[in-house]
This record gives sequence, structure tokens and C-alpha cells, in this order.
Amino acid sequence: MTWKQVFTSSVGKKLVMAFTGIFLILFLIVHAGLNACIWANDGGEMFNKGAHFMGANVVPRILEIGLFVGLILHIVQGLMLELDNRKKRSVGYAVAYSDGSKWYSRSMGILGTLILLFLVLHLSDFWFPNRAHQNFVLGEEIDLYAKMKETFSVLWVVIVYVLGCLSLGYHLAHGFQSAFRTVGVHNRKYNLMLVSLGLGFSVIVTLLFALMPLSFYFGWIN
Amino acid sequence: MEHYNMNLTVKVWRQKNSKEKGGFESYPVKDISSEMSFLEMIDVLNEQLIRDGDDPIAFDHDCREGICGQCSMYINGKPHGAWKANTTCQLHMRAFKDGETVTVEPWRAGAFPVIKDLMVDRSAFDRIIQAGGYISVNTGNAVDGNALPINKDKADASFAAAMCIGCGACVAACKNSSAMLFLSAKVAHLALLPQGEPERKSRVLNMVAQMDKEGFGACTNTGACEATCPKEISISNIARLNQEYLVASLTADK
Ligand code: HEM
Ligand code: SF4
Ligand code: FES
Repeated sequence: MTWKQVFTSSVGKKLVMAFTGIFLILFLIVHAGLNACIWANDGGEMFNKGAHFMGANVVPRILEIGLFVGLILHIVQGLMLELDNRKKRSVGYAVAYSDGSKWYSRSMGILGTLILLFLVLHLSDFWFPNRAHQNFVLGEEIDLYAKMKETFSVLWVVIVYVLGCLSLGYHLAHGFQSAFRTVGVHNRKYNLMLVSLGLGFSVIVTLLFALMPLSFYFGWIN
Repeated sequence: MEHYNMNLTVKVWRQKNSKEKGGFESYPVKDISSEMSFLEMIDVLNEQLIRDGDDPIAFDHDCREGICGQCSMYINGKPHGAWKANTTCQLHMRAFKDGETVTVEPWRAGAFPVIKDLMVDRSAFDRIIQAGGYISVNTGNAVDGNALPINKDKADASFAAAMCIGCGACVAACKNSSAMLFLSAKVAHLALLPQGEPERKSRVLNMVAQMDKEGFGACTNTGACEATCPKEISISNIARLNQEYLVASLTADK
């Protein structure tokens, strides 16, 4: 079994989804944790310090490259899996079957696409202007806290962000536990634990991220 | 349960052969006993069709006692019908009400092409088994079955996986037409036993490769398969298969 055969097999493709998915989950923890500094309500001092650490240091910036590679692998493989799987049944059923699975488990491709669309907006709101300001090296950064405040003063942006967070939440509600099954966790006691942990994680991450634009829009922080 | 008779409309998929396009036909059936099995109801309908000079509905069946896995019908949107942990042949007509319209479709999957009407070609499953669902046995005297101690929990888990009758309902229910529940049952029941050890790595690698070659989709752990399986094969077997695959692909010699 060559590496190529492994990673182009159906199980190998799923392993790529799972490992990149778990990597993205780890990223989310860091991202949500750092952004939560806005609630220090100190005019963005703490948040900007954290953001500066991530943006102006070599190590996080090298990790950032890894993040993009992982994200792109996840997106490309995810969309290919979805399209491929759809081709496996050319004649559909007159009466659809929906027992045993949640709607969001059946909609990972659509939820992922929504996240992707959201990411385009999100990166062009913050990441791109900031890196452009730095000339894509380790230059001077913009005041990201002020940028957030400005961005989240527009209602439609806030709504799109909240919807983006919801898509991510449902993606994770399935993805979290699914990823661990994919890498082979089959013990009953862990599976039960991972389902609750996954749902808890999805709810917390969704709430944290969604509350950020809302906090600015409604002036809960200044 | 009180016995009753019912009249039904059976809306069934008719398709002459694998090449021609099929379509639904509706047939009325009368005086069906609530004690009949679903296949007996189809038998009654077929006799009626033969009397009328029509072509009877082709469908697979063999044991009619829930153990061979041949009866493959997708009834009112569910593989093997509405009853849990049940095959079509063991579905009884008391599951239906008088006057109901019952929609019957074949398993739908590219890897299970329709042969005729409700009959699909499931030989892809046979080829997956041939790719690795066996163990090496030395010739000579049979070994004393009790000479090899096996952990009770493992023996039970292996037996639960070995319950799979290869019916294909898991594929029919899966949005990806994935055969992973079937495959995982076949891999797990051998991987759990010492007898399965010699081919442990090559088995999982070869069987997954064959499954992909047959044109089944990739598993996304939705859980639809487990819910429909007449033998209640657990989806945790799929995670076990993933682990077997990961370890085998990392450690196999070639
Ligand atoms: C930060 C963002 C994201 C995170 C944390 C994330 C996380 C995950 C996780 C943990 C899985 C489960 C892997 C498995 O079942 O083995 C998964 C699956 C998947 N993701 Fe994502 N994902 C993200 C973004 C995206 C994007 C942008 C797309 C597509 C454009 C996408 C498409 C998919 C698809 C199609 C699957 C496959 C579903 C499955 O196999 O069950 N994801 N994701
Ligand atoms: S796993 Fe269950 S549904 Fe799938 S083939 Fe085996 S018995 Fe049938
Ligand atoms: S006919 Fe054998 S299981 Fe139904």
C-alpha cells in the first residue's frame, strides 16, 4: 500500500479531513481565547497586545502558514468528498430516508461552503488589510480593536457574522465527534464522552464568536 | 393484536432490465391479512399480475426468516420497512393500515445496479469479501475450538459484528451510498479474534481498496446505517475499521 494509495482511498481521505479538522479545532480554541480579550473592556489594550504577539512574531506567523495549508487541504478535500459522494447514487428515492442522522450531519458540505463564504468576508475584513499594512512581513500592524469596532457598527455585517458562527457551530456539532471516530476512537465510553464534549464545544465556540460582533454593535464594550 | 384484513395500493418500482429506465406503477391489492408477511403480500400481488397476464414483480428473497439478507426492499422511505432491527421478510402486514398506499423501491446505489424491478446486483459485496474477508486455516486435523482462550468481551463484540447478513440496507440508507457499516462488520469480526491475526493488516487495506473500486461512497459518520441495520450492527465498528486502517497503513511492510 503506497502513501498515494492510502491517501486517495475513501478512508485515507477521511483521515485527511479528520486531522485537518482537529487542527482547525485547536486553532479555534486559540482564536476564540485571544479574541475574548476584547471583554477586558480596556479599550482594546489587552486584545491588541495579544493580536500583536500573533501578528508580529515569527513563530505564530510560521504556524499561520501551516494553518492555511491545513485549511486549504480541508476545504479542497471536503468539497471533493461531497461532490464525489453525491455521484454515487444516480437515481434517487421517491421517499427520502432520514432516520438515525441529524440534518447537520447530512449537510457538512453545505455548512462548510457557508463557512468558506463567511471566511472570504472575514479575511478581507481583518486579516488581509492587516497583513497588507505589514507588507506581508513582520511590519507595523493596524489597530485591530478599532477595526473591529468600525466593522461591527454595520448591521448586515453583524448578521452575516452571526450566521457564519452558526454554520460553524453546526459544522462542529457533527465534525468534532466525527473526527475522533475517523481517527479510530471506537471505545464506547470515549464515544459517549466525545459526543457531549463536541456538543459543548460547538455551543461555547458559537456563543463566544457570535457575541463579539454583537458586543460591539450593542455597545456592551467600548 | 387483533387480526384484520386490509386493502392497499402498492406503488412499486418497475424496471425491465438494467439498461431500461424504470418507473412507478400502482396496483391495488385486496383482503390482505394483517398476519401475512410483506413478501407474502407481494406474492399475492404477483399471482394477481400473472392471472391478469402481466409480468410479476421481480424481487430477491431466500430464507424468509431474517437470516440470509436477500430480501431488499425500500418500503415507504425505509430499507426493510418501518420496524426496527427487522428484515423485509419479517415485516408483517400489521405494520400497515387499511387504505394505505405503500411505496416500494429497490436499493439505490451506483454500486448496486438494478437487475429487474426490485432486484439489485449486490455481487460487489461478494468481491469485497473475496478481497480479504477470510482467514488462513491449516489443513490436517481440526483444532480443538476450545484450545484457544479468547477474551469474553472480544468474543461477544466479534459475534455481534458477525451478525451482519450482507443485505446492503446500510448502503441503501446512506446519503453517500457508503458500504462502511457492512465492511466494518466484516473487518471487525475477524480483527477481534486471534484467528484473524495473520491477515489482519492486508485484510483491511485490500477490502477498503475493493470497496472503493466498486464505487461505494466515503463514510461521513452520519449514523443512518446503524439506524436501519436489521442486525443492529454498531457504528462503532466503523471507528474500529478506521483504526485498523490507520495502523495497517502506517505499519504494513508494503
Ligand atoms: C474553522 C473552520 C472549520 C473547522 C474547525 C472544521 C472542522 C471539521 C471537522 C472536525 C470535521 C470532521 C472530520 C471527520 O468527520 O473526520 C469536518 C468535516 C468536514 N468539513 Fe470542516 N471545518 C472547518 C471549515 C470547513 C470549510 C471551510 C469547509 C468547506 C468549504 C469544510 C468542509 C467540510 C466537509 C465537506 C467535511 C466532511 C464531512 C464529513 O466527512 O463528515 N469545513 N470539518
Ligand atoms: S451492516 Fe447491517 S444493514 Fe449493512 S449489510 Fe450488514 S446486516 Fe445489512
Ligand atoms: S429472505 Fe432471508 S433475510 Fe429476508
